[in-house]
Amino acid sequence: MQTASERLPAARYAAAWRLWSKLERVVVPALILAGWEAFSRSGALPQSLLPPPSAVLHALGDWVLGLDGSTQDYSGTWFRHALSSSWRVFAGFVIAGLSGILIGTAIGWSRSAEKTLEPTLQMLRPVPPVSWIPLAIIWFGIADKPAIFLVFLGAFFPTLMNTIHGVKTIDRNLIRAGAMMGASGRQLLVHIVVPAALPSIFAGLRIAIGSAWMLTVTAEMVAVKSGVGYVLWDSYYFLRYDMVIAAMVSIGLLGYLSDLAIKRLMGVVLRWQRTTTVQGREG
Amino acid sequence: MAEIAIRSIVKTFTDRTRGREITALDTVSLNIGDHDFVCLLGPSGCGKSTLLNMIAGFEAPSSGRIEVGGTLVEKPGADRGVVFQQPTLMPWLTVADNVAFHLKLKGVGRTERRARAQHFIDLVGLTGFEGHYPSELSGGMNQRVGIARALLMNPRVILMDEPFAALDAQTKLEMQEELVAIWQRIRCTIVFVTHSVDEALVLGNRIAVMTRRPGRIRDYFDFDMPRPRDITSPAFNDAKRRVLALIREEAGSSRKAA
Ligand SMILES: Nc1ncnc2c1ncn2[C@@H]1O[C@H](COP(=O)(O)OP(=O)(O)OP(=O)(O)O)[C@@H](O)[C@H]1O
Ligand SMILES: [Mg+2]
Repeated sequence: MQTASERLPAARYAAAWRLWSKLERVVVPALILAGWEAFSRSGALPQSLLPPPSAVLHALGDWVLGLDGSTQDYSGTWFRHALSSSWRVFAGFVIAGLSGILIGTAIGWSRSAEKTLEPTLQMLRPVPPVSWIPLAIIWFGIADKPAIFLVFLGAFFPTLMNTIHGVKTIDRNLIRAGAMMGASGRQLLVHIVVPAALPSIFAGLRIAIGSAWMLTVTAEMVAVKSGVGYVLWDSYYFLRYDMVIAAMVSIGLLGYLSDLAIKRLMGVVLRWQRTTTVQGREG
Repeated sequence: MAEIAIRSIVKTFTDRTRGREITALDTVSLNIGDHDFVCLLGPSGCGKSTLLNMIAGFEAPSSGRIEVGGTLVEKPGADRGVVFQQPTLMPWLTVADNVAFHLKLKGVGRTERRARAQHFIDLVGLTGFEGHYPSELSGGMNQRVGIARALLMNPRVILMDEPFAALDAQTKLEMQEELVAIWQRIRCTIVFVTHSVDEALVLGNRIAVMTRRPGRIRDYFDFDMPRPRDITSPAFNDAKRRVLALIREEAGSSRKAA
C-alpha cells in the first residue's frame, strides 16, 4: 500500500511538470524582456537610444489606441498603416503565388517550358529584389504599385523553385497509375501532379510570405508614404527610437499572423498528411 | 484468338553510368487466351515486371509487338487494370476516392461514384474504411484498395505484379482465395507475376516459367487442378516437383555457362 508521504513527491512533480508545459513557450521571451528592461534602466546607455520595453509598449499603446497622444501625429493610426502594409503584402503575394505555381508547374512538367523559360528566370533570380527599387519608382511612381511589384519579386522565386521541385520529384508510379486509369495529359496535371506537389508548394509559400513582409517594409522605407515601414523610417528621422522598435514589433507580429494563416490553410488542404509526421503526432 | 498476344519481344536497357546495354528480355513470345489466369513465374531480375509494364503500355519493347484484344499496345489505358508491386495510391485521396478515381476522370457524379466504389470496397473486405487515407491503413489494406481500384474499371485484362509479396501468410491465403473467386465471377483475363512456386500453382490455370536474365520463356503449360486447391495434396506436390525440377535444371545450366 502507498503511504501519503510516498505519493506526495510524485504529485508535486506532476504539478510542476504541468506548470512548466504551460510556461515553456514564454520563458525565453520573458527573460529577454526582463534583461532588456533592466539594462536599459541601468543607465549604461542613454534611455533615448535604447528605450526599455515598457517605453516601447507605451508608444505602441498610443499608436494603436490613441491613449495620450505621446506619439504625436501617429497617435491612433496603427490600423491604417498596418492595413496599407497588409494590403501590399496580400496583393503581391497572391500575384506571385498564382504565377509561381503556374509557371513552376509548367517548367517542372514540360521539357520545352523548361528549356524556354528556366534560363531567363534563373538569371533574374540572383538579382536582389531591392535593386529593382529605382526602376520600380520610375515605372510605378510613389504609391502602392512599386511596393506590390517588389513583394511580387520577393515572393515569386521561392514559390517557383519549390513548385518546380515538387513537380519534378513526383513518384513516377503515381503518373503511371493515373494513365492506367485513363487520365489525359491535362487530367494527370490537375488530378495528380499538382496535388502531389502541394506539400512542396506550401513550403515555398511559407518562405514567400516572409520575403513579402521584408520587401513591403523595405519599399515603404524608400518609395511609399504610408505603412508600418514608412512609420519606422519616419520615426528614425525624428529620433523616436521607441516608435522604431514599436514598428519592428508590429512587423514581427503581422508576419507571424500571416504565416499562421498559411499554416492553417495548409493544415486543411494537406490534412491527409497529418498522420504521416515522424512520431505520428499531429503537428 | 488470343486475348493477349506477345510476339518476339526483346527489351534492352541502356545503362548510361556504366555505358553498356542490358538485355532484360530476349525474344519472349506468349499467347494468353480469354479468361486465362496466367502466372508468370521467375527469379528476381528476370524481367517479369518489365514484361508486365510493356503489356500495360508503360514501356515500349525494343523490338516485337504486343496486342491486347487484337489492337497494338501503344500507351496505357483503362482496358488494362494494373495492380502495382507497391500499392501506389494517391495519398491525398480517401479509400473511396482512390477506388473511384477512374470514374472521377470520366466525369461521373459524386453519388454514383460513391455507390459503385462501395461495391468494390465491400468486395475486398474494407467496409468501414471508406473515409480513411492510405497513410492510415496497413500495407495489406492498401494493396486491397489497389485491387478494388483495378476491378472497378471492369477491365478486360488485369495485370498484377507480386501484389501479395508483402503480406503475411494468413492474409495472403485469404486474398488468394478471394482473387480466384473474383476471377471466376467476373471472367476477366489475369496476368499475375510471382516468384513463389506455391502461389503460381494455387492461382493459375496456366503457368509460364521464365529463365534468369536475359528472361526467356522456359516452359508454358496448363495446370487444370480443380479448385479449391489443396496445397498439401499429392497432385499439388507432383506439379510443384515438376516446376522445381525445371527451375533447378535452369539454375544448373546457367551455372555451367558462367
Ligand atoms: N529502367 C531500367 N533501366 C535499366 N535497367 C533496368 C530498368 N528496369 C529494369 N532493368 C533491368 O532489367 C532487369 C529486369 O528487371 P525487372 O524489374 O523486370 O525484374 P523482375 O523480374 O520484376 O524482378 P523482381 O522479381 O525482383 O521484381 C533487371 O535485371 C534490371 O537490371
Ligand atoms: Mg518486379
